[in-house]
Amino acid sequence: MGRYVLRRLLQLVPVFIGTTFLIYLLVWALPGDPFAAKCGDRGCPDAYVSAMREKFGLDENVVVQYLNYLGNLLRGDFGETFSGIAVGDLIANAYPVTLRLAIVALLIEALIGLTAGILTGLRSGGYLDNLVLVTTLFLIAVPVFVTGYVLQTVLGLRLGIISPTVSSSAAFGELLVPGFVLGSLSMAYVARLTRTSIAENRRADYVRTAVAKGLHPRRVVGVHLLRNSAIPVITFLGTDLGALMGGAIVTEGIFNIRGVGGLVFRAIQTKEGATVTGVVVLLVIVYLLMNLLVDVLYAVLDPRIRLD
Amino acid sequence: MTDLRRGCHPYVPFAGIRELMRSRSVTAWLAASMSVVLLTSACGGSGAGTGAGVTDAAITVNTTEPENPLVPGNTTETGGGKVVRSLFTGLVEYDTATAEPRNAVAESITTTDSKVYTITLKPGWTFHDGTPVTAKSFADAWNYTAYSPNAQQGASFFTQIQGFADVNAQDPDGSAGPQKAPEPKAKEMSGLKAVDDRTLEVTLAAPFSVFPTQLGYSSFAPLPASFFADKAAFEANPVGNGPFRFVSRRPGASITVERYDAYAGARKPSVKTVEFRVYESSEAAYADVVSNNLDFLDVIPPSAIAGSLFTTDLAGRNVSQTYLGIQSVSFPIYDARYQDAKLRQAISMAVDRDAINKQIFNGLKVPADGFVAPKVPGRAEAQCGELCTYQPAKAKALFDATGFQGPVQLTSNADSGNKEWMQAACVTISSALGRECTFVPVPTFGEFRTAINAGKMTAPYRTGWVADYPSIENFMNPLYRTGGSSNDGGYSNPAVDALLARADAAPSTEAGNALYQEAERLVVQDMPAVPLYFQSVQAGWSDRLAVAEVNQFRELDLFSVAVT
Repeated sequence: MGRYVLRRLLQLVPVFIGTTFLIYLLVWALPGDPFAAKCGDRGCPDAYVSAMREKFGLDENVVVQYLNYLGNLLRGDFGETFSGIAVGDLIANAYPVTLRLAIVALLIEALIGLTAGILTGLRSGGYLDNLVLVTTLFLIAVPVFVTGYVLQTVLGLRLGIISPTVSSSAAFGELLVPGFVLGSLSMAYVARLTRTSIAENRRADYVRTAVAKGLHPRRVVGVHLLRNSAIPVITFLGTDLGALMGGAIVTEGIFNIRGVGGLVFRAIQTKEGATVTGVVVLLVIVYLLMNLLVDVLYAVLDPRIRLD
Repeated sequence: MTDLRRGCHPYVPFAGIRELMRSRSVTAWLAASMSVVLLTSACGGSGAGTGAGVTDAAITVNTTEPENPLVPGNTTETGGGKVVRSLFTGLVEYDTATAEPRNAVAESITTTDSKVYTITLKPGWTFHDGTPVTAKSFADAWNYTAYSPNAQQGASFFTQIQGFADVNAQDPDGSAGPQKAPEPKAKEMSGLKAVDDRTLEVTLAAPFSVFPTQLGYSSFAPLPASFFADKAAFEANPVGNGPFRFVSRRPGASITVERYDAYAGARKPSVKTVEFRVYESSEAAYADVVSNNLDFLDVIPPSAIAGSLFTTDLAGRNVSQTYLGIQSVSFPIYDARYQDAKLRQAISMAVDRDAINKQIFNGLKVPADGFVAPKVPGRAEAQCGELCTYQPAKAKALFDATGFQGPVQLTSNADSGNKEWMQAACVTISSALGRECTFVPVPTFGEFRTAINAGKMTAPYRTGWVADYPSIENFMNPLYRTGGSSNDGGYSNPAVDALLARADAAPSTEAGNALYQEAERLVVQDMPAVPLYFQSVQAGWSDRLAVAEVNQFRELDLFSVAVT
């Protein structure tokens, strides 16, 4: 197991270099001069543009630019934005917020999705099953920004139960509704995935054996059935954390959460390669680590799986 | 998501000029050869003082993330601009309601020939670090901003001062070319002299009667000695001389400022703390102001403008008023297809401004009747005349006579909520001219500006202009003079240039304004840009604010704020 984890961690290095280079190249290839839009409808003075281009090394070849960037990154320097703010500071401010939001979303989707999935999987075809079917269909069909604006308007503006936006401290309590919005789509998937998996495994040999042994139904479901049915769900949830963090941009915009979504969006618009690459690289690392975690969990959940 | 920061918002400084005109006319007969007092030192005007007294109240105001460090000479955009203007006060400030300039740090600004100005400073002004504001604070700041190796965005505001060319070297082949700008000959402008602590003598390269009005723009703000000692420390903790001092900043989230109790200005703010809160979308900010989570919002999102929803959501706590800005569509005159003035006139008369205003803006804008926004000192009414009204028959006749081939196209960046009215304009053009008109969106403002700067536009494009300082001059010289700093379409008319030069050198503001107006009438005939509508601001505030006034540059006047 240890060797497996080490090998996987080593694989991170080429992936890291490849993704950073690709992202850097993509931002570089965006059309438009980053300083063309900085002075409104009056063009920026040539002196300003030249000085900024020189300061950020934009006149260099893109590969040289990238290598400079990578060199600084390895020394822990994320560079700075065109407005003179250290990207490291921005990331340090934004990451914990988005991570909290994604965790809240993940918990909500796991809790509600799993519960709904188990209940419907055990008693398929009943009233509850149909209700969940319709609800999940609805959630999948409705885009996140609709859910977001509706909840913000109804709960925040009309009923006044929640604050319509999240403060800059972004405590867990404040993130419940945005987390629900963010996780709603995945929640529907989790419910359906769990339901299918449970319904399938209910007829498996090992469940029949467990029942025949005279085990209590709760133990049959809780230990034998659930553990094996959880594998596809865990796969989904694990990779979803990364998706939630990277995909929070709409939710963050609606609730004015100062997370990485808005940061990347603004940076792409202003062609700030350093910010985009810095943020996305960390997202890639989250993805990779979550994948690793999921793979390790397989072995824990299913004794038939051996990693080494 | 971008409504807050993209778009037509070049510069949003403060507001003002009638004070100037009045005092000129009063003193002109007093002393024909003696110096003319340009700006009286009295405050007057509306909104002086709030009557609320000094309180410990803290308020929150929406903003966007500043695009540059908070240095006045390098801040030309809205988000950073409103913070900078709370931290710094210049020689002149502009009235909230009328945009008239009046002296702030300056005690008097005198000249005999509109070329040499003697500026006397009021005593008692200090920076937030306690050091006094002297003539040198201004001279050093202006020299710093103008010196091209310092690469400040506001450098072009000092073009009028003698010796500017020596400190601001031009890049021989522009910023894109391989050559570099040479080292400037001098570090300081020869026209700038700090005679003593309280006297600043400014010599211009040529007479320029609007100079005193310019002085309220934030590029003309003073800088403390500490700025020149350690710029990084200053950027982290800006020190100004304005009504508020910098407290803290969280990048991407908020900037907090606090009342500076030793502020020497005549008006004092009543609130203690102002938090400028960064919003990514105006929708989120709007939701917050409706639920009293945010105290002031100066950009009501289109979703709340539709059906005038904001007037019910924010009943009794909203305002809709014009500010010193104009929205127009400019022609790339360097493109051979658009060189016929008749064609440009035809397109102007083919746009149904009233219909667009009603259908897209709920009647909240003012259809343009000239190139100069309402309330701009020196403006004349209805300069554009029939050419800015909807004349479908005349437009069609004129258009057909030009023999223009292909469809008419309009273009704009599509990331700033301009798509709807541009499309509507196209619809009216199509129906008037009987020729297809299409709207060509450009994805981002950056791409759009890149093409404009490079002179590569192939269709008439959206241009927005917000006054830097309140004067008709600011709506003429930068935009329609040959080589003007924002004359991107390459418009050039020697007659206009000559009139503008005469206006600049006019002995009095009235005489100057009359000449600017004459130039405007000439420009109207050439129609290098189609004036469409004058800008208006819709703002809203929370229940907590008893008074909140919006100035002529669509910013909250922090002095006016009174908390209940």
